[in-house]
Amino acid sequence: MATKTIDGHQVEVNDEGYMLNPEQWNKNIAVEIAKEEGIDLSDKHFTIIDYIREKILSGEALSLRRIGKSGVVDIKEFYQLFPGAPLKKATKIAGVPKPESCV
Amino acid sequence: MSSKNNHQLKKVLIICAKGSIEDIYASLVLANGAVMEGIEAKLFFTFFGLDAISKKRMKKIHTATVGNPSLTMPGGIPFPTFLGILPGVEAGVSAMMKKQMEKLDIPPVDEFLDMITAGGGEVYACKMATDMFKMKKEDLTEHVKDIITVGDFYGLASGEGTQIIFT
Repeated sequence: MATKTIDGHQVEVNDEGYMLNPEQWNKNIAVEIAKEEGIDLSDKHFTIIDYIREKILSGEALSLRRIGKSGVVDIKEFYQLFPGAPLKKATKIAGVPKPESCV
Repeated sequence: MSSKNNHQLKKVLIICAKGSIEDIYASLVLANGAVMEGIEAKLFFTFFGLDAISKKRMKKIHTATVGNPSLTMPGGIPFPTFLGILPGVEAGVSAMMKKQMEKLDIPPVDEFLDMITAGGGEVYACKMATDMFKMKKEDLTEHVKDIITVGDFYGLASGEGTQIIFT
């Protein structure tokens, strides 16, 4: 466990940079983490991030498939918005743990 | 373990040569998992693996109830081979497998191919096997990018950090 200063806040992160305490998250922190991942957050990104936070913080398991079926974004667009590894990047930016799903 | 060639995995080529549920899904899960990690993935279907991309057969894949020593009944009792030969048993067992997978959020084959190609994964069919089974491009799902030879397939493997996986 380590602490990292993001946007002037001390936040707890794991060695992969995922925030350990979702309560410490705010939108400015999201913008900063996204920058490190090379992503400029748009309103669409935030709609997806809000959806992810809502689901994960209520204890639901998320997978790429669930996100594709959420009605918030389709899988193709999800890949375009978070290029490379969408589920990993989106959860990291959303300040929640990385989902442990294989799909 | 240290190595001079400590290249990160950048590309996987996955060969699917068998057509049972577990064989096809092994390939699909590996390919989708790669794409999700930002690793380039190319799937090559050959021989009975072609069932996964055949419009006619992709929704009808089964798991073998005869000659499958790993198959057990609920409760872990070995599945008797003589039951497996009865009409409808293989279909029933296969339907049960698919139901269990659905519970784990593992999609049907066509939806899985949608997910893989949505992330930039590519799907190819083997020229020799399609010739052998007298299949044409129009018999295959629209996910298939091309019908290619083994040589073409190896041609896709160029670049540092590439691995070929045979499931």
